[in-house]
Amino acid sequence: MSAVPSTALEIAAAVRSGQLSALEVLNDHLARIDARDGEINAFNLVMADEARAAAVAVDAQVAAGEDPGSLAGVPLALKDNLCTRGIPTTCSSRILEGWRPPYDATVVQRVNAAGAVSIGKTNLDEFAMGSSTENSAFGPTRNPRDTGRVPGGSSGGSAAAVAAGFAPISLGSDTGGSIRQPAALCGVVGVKPTYGMVSRYGLIAFASSLDQIGPFSTTVADSALLLEAIAGHDSRDSTSIDAPAPSLLESLGQGVDGLRIGLVTELMGEGIAPDVAARVRQAADALAAAGAQIGEVSVPAAAYGLSAYYLIAPAEASSNLARYDGVRYGMRVDAPTTAEMNAATRTAGFGDEVKRRIMLGTYALSAGYYDAYYGKALKVRTLIMRDFEKAYADFDLLLTATSPTTAFKFGDKTADPLSMYLNDICTIPTNLAGHPAMSVPFGGGSDGMPVGVQLLAPALGESTMFRAAAVLEAVAPALDEVWS
Amino acid sequence: MTLTHEPIEGEHFIVVSDTTGESWEIVVGLEVHCELATVTKLFCGCPNMFGDEPNTNVCPVCLGLPGSLPVLNHNVVELAMRLGRALHCSVEPSIFARKNYFYPDMPKDYQVTQFDRPINADGWLDLPDGTRVGIERAHIEEDTGKNTHAGGSGRIHGADYSLVDYNRAGVPLVEIVGRPHIRHPEQAKTYIDELRAILLTTGASDAKMEEGSLRVDANVSVRRVGDTALGTRCEVKNLNSLRSLGRAIEYEARRQVDLLETGERIKQETRHWDEGAGRTRAGRSKEEAEDYRYFQEPDLVPLAPSAEWIAAIDAAMPPLPAARRDALASSAGVAVTESCVVIAVQRDLDQLALATIAAGGDGKRVLTHVEHNLSGDGAADLNPATFAQLVSLELGGQLTATQAKTVLAEMVTSGRAPDVIAAELGFEAMDSSELEGIVDGLIAESPEEWADFCTGDDKKRAKLQGFFTGKIMKATKGQADGKAVAALLEARRTATS
Repeated sequence: MSAVPSTALEIAAAVRSGQLSALEVLNDHLARIDARDGEINAFNLVMADEARAAAVAVDAQVAAGEDPGSLAGVPLALKDNLCTRGIPTTCSSRILEGWRPPYDATVVQRVNAAGAVSIGKTNLDEFAMGSSTENSAFGPTRNPRDTGRVPGGSSGGSAAAVAAGFAPISLGSDTGGSIRQPAALCGVVGVKPTYGMVSRYGLIAFASSLDQIGPFSTTVADSALLLEAIAGHDSRDSTSIDAPAPSLLESLGQGVDGLRIGLVTELMGEGIAPDVAARVRQAADALAAAGAQIGEVSVPAAAYGLSAYYLIAPAEASSNLARYDGVRYGMRVDAPTTAEMNAATRTAGFGDEVKRRIMLGTYALSAGYYDAYYGKALKVRTLIMRDFEKAYADFDLLLTATSPTTAFKFGDKTADPLSMYLNDICTIPTNLAGHPAMSVPFGGGSDGMPVGVQLLAPALGESTMFRAAAVLEAVAPALDEVWS
Repeated sequence: MTLTHEPIEGEHFIVVSDTTGESWEIVVGLEVHCELATVTKLFCGCPNMFGDEPNTNVCPVCLGLPGSLPVLNHNVVELAMRLGRALHCSVEPSIFARKNYFYPDMPKDYQVTQFDRPINADGWLDLPDGTRVGIERAHIEEDTGKNTHAGGSGRIHGADYSLVDYNRAGVPLVEIVGRPHIRHPEQAKTYIDELRAILLTTGASDAKMEEGSLRVDANVSVRRVGDTALGTRCEVKNLNSLRSLGRAIEYEARRQVDLLETGERIKQETRHWDEGAGRTRAGRSKEEAEDYRYFQEPDLVPLAPSAEWIAAIDAAMPPLPAARRDALASSAGVAVTESCVVIAVQRDLDQLALATIAAGGDGKRVLTHVEHNLSGDGAADLNPATFAQLVSLELGGQLTATQAKTVLAEMVTSGRAPDVIAAELGFEAMDSSELEGIVDGLIAESPEEWADFCTGDDKKRAKLQGFFTGKIMKATKGQADGKAVAALLEARRTATS
């Protein structure tokens, strides 16, 4: 419908060379949002005015002979748990409605500095707690491939925005799979970097020891481009790795010849839908055909990942979310005493899933229960790290499904939280280990919905991971291609 | 009840019950919070300033805004380690923890502190009286903001509204947890004095109790003398001065003894000292206390100061009060527990005293002057050689004690030599026959008083001794030596009777 290219790399090249104006690119994307976001609901807020000003500034830089940066004029959607100065940041929660952060998240500063045009704030499961975006206080996001189905979550808005063409790239956050699972369900690329590679400063915390910001895109190369722009040490985040951003784009063409890639036994059998498992095997075959050595590897503790995660993440969340007490910002429901005001505010402001996890986490940390729950979960976490370490002694990368199924229909799992939690069974172990992983679209399921396969790497193994991702992308079957 | 100040069997102080005559021992452990004297706060770049306009020294981090993250201030670690090493603690690899509870003055509704792995562990502090008080730990934590309750009753319950000032939120604190080795209210005050001196010496804190940069909570229990098990303790808070600390411990000990002697048990609880009423009042009961759900702070990494860093701190450690007292006592030839030694160090006059002794001044005499006659400004600038000269004049009998005091005061003001000042003031040793003449004349002037002095009881005689000494001093313009006057009066009295 327009001459605007579809990838960030192409857009940035065209804008930097003056072939295309950033404003033209932006208007094209705003038109797409106008046309379809009423149906999809990917955005909590479209920042049309701010985006136009940013696009005009990029064009002025180009006109002045300056280079706006690697993301020049590229529209970019931000998950609405990333702080944006002066612009409402809600976490899709009533409790933060109307709050405007006085500062930008580090990643927001970095994409702006690279010339990107932030186009809006995307919907999510409230406080990033969920796997379908159905837990948003502002209504669910719909899957652009089939609007009767969920886009996944919690970064469903960011995944859907890219899948619908509202923006070629977006940022999400991944605590237990919240980037990779919606990427898989929407048929786009999604990356969870090594813990500490991307600054968390300005990411509204869900579970601090697990949260990591990462990119969505339609191509592997665009995720590499965006990750290069946001990665690297930040003195404002004490858990930030003291190393420069990795060079990923240059490794994309290096292939997988000689790489040892393991299929994780525990994540291939029970609980994984046969059509999804078949695509994973097909992906393994494709990697083998490209020269990789494929084997099977056991990560025994991964089977306990889900249990450990649903103690550790809620425990941290119960503490991280304590500050929403009605005293300083956001919603306040008045009551005669401070304690009653706190309770009334939190009762009115938080949705059911957030309350469920706060209660779970509070219980897990309580005196008398700590050792049996939180303490034990930490031990499982250590075991998972050890098992991964053993696996990576023999393999460079691991391969699994991203999500056990393709996108499910609205309401399918809301009545049973446990079935919803099981969505993250393949993605959670990575977060517990602090390792990188990414989801790459690889054909469709028996329902014709996208399947994502997941590549896992040891800490700081991003460049190897991206090499394999590029190979899979090149040979991925079309959505409707019949699988053998 | 009687509170004895004398140690029993060398170390125990006791409370003797008026009603039963039983002896009880007070056991006190102090928890001290002190604000570290850094330029900026614990986890952000905001100024660490007392007394500014409310909510001006704040930022997203110390306000705990969503998405903000803490970054540990290196200087806090430096000062905390200096204090820890001064308290003979070992510096351990440590981790930060979150202490979770809801309170409006706490921006994140959790406090970042250190729980099971504190930076400083297992040290001690030696008191001037020779007692060694164990230090369990001295850990880093963040301070809270400050609530002001306004309207209505002005107290937290019944106020119309409350205001919160977050300037203090995130100010670095060290909490020093002392072991229950203190046995007396006075000893508790001495402990705080000594700790304050260490905080000042190491530059860790300005340690001002009145500004709240040093805050003391006292864990008080009692037990029968001879018992070895600790009694149930109460934690007494709201102690805003050393005076409050002493009074509160004494009150609390008496309260607990009264309860135990009437067969009741002590409830472990937090109690608040009411300075006006002179009593403690029950606060939150520990048995129904909140569960703080401590867990490792995931936004910070473990802290493991290098051996080099610790060694550098040790190497740069200034002389500490206990060591200074030891040096001074041995040079002066007096016991280290003497008050003159303690006070000389407290007033930072130990260097002057040491130099004066080195210049030939008599140790005891020098320290007596330091203790009684050198409390004002300028004392530290005294010339040790002339100070020593003054002490020699005094010991040689050329100056009386009273005259020496006057001359010393003048030396501090003018810096001139003692012999010059003495001559100017007309201070000359009085001839003994001259003194005898004056004394005999005064006796003749007051025959009735003299008769009473010679025959009266001790009380009467002491009173009249003062009467005659006063007259003699007046007549001699203070030049008479007190000892010589006393001896002469006694000789005349013996001769009369």
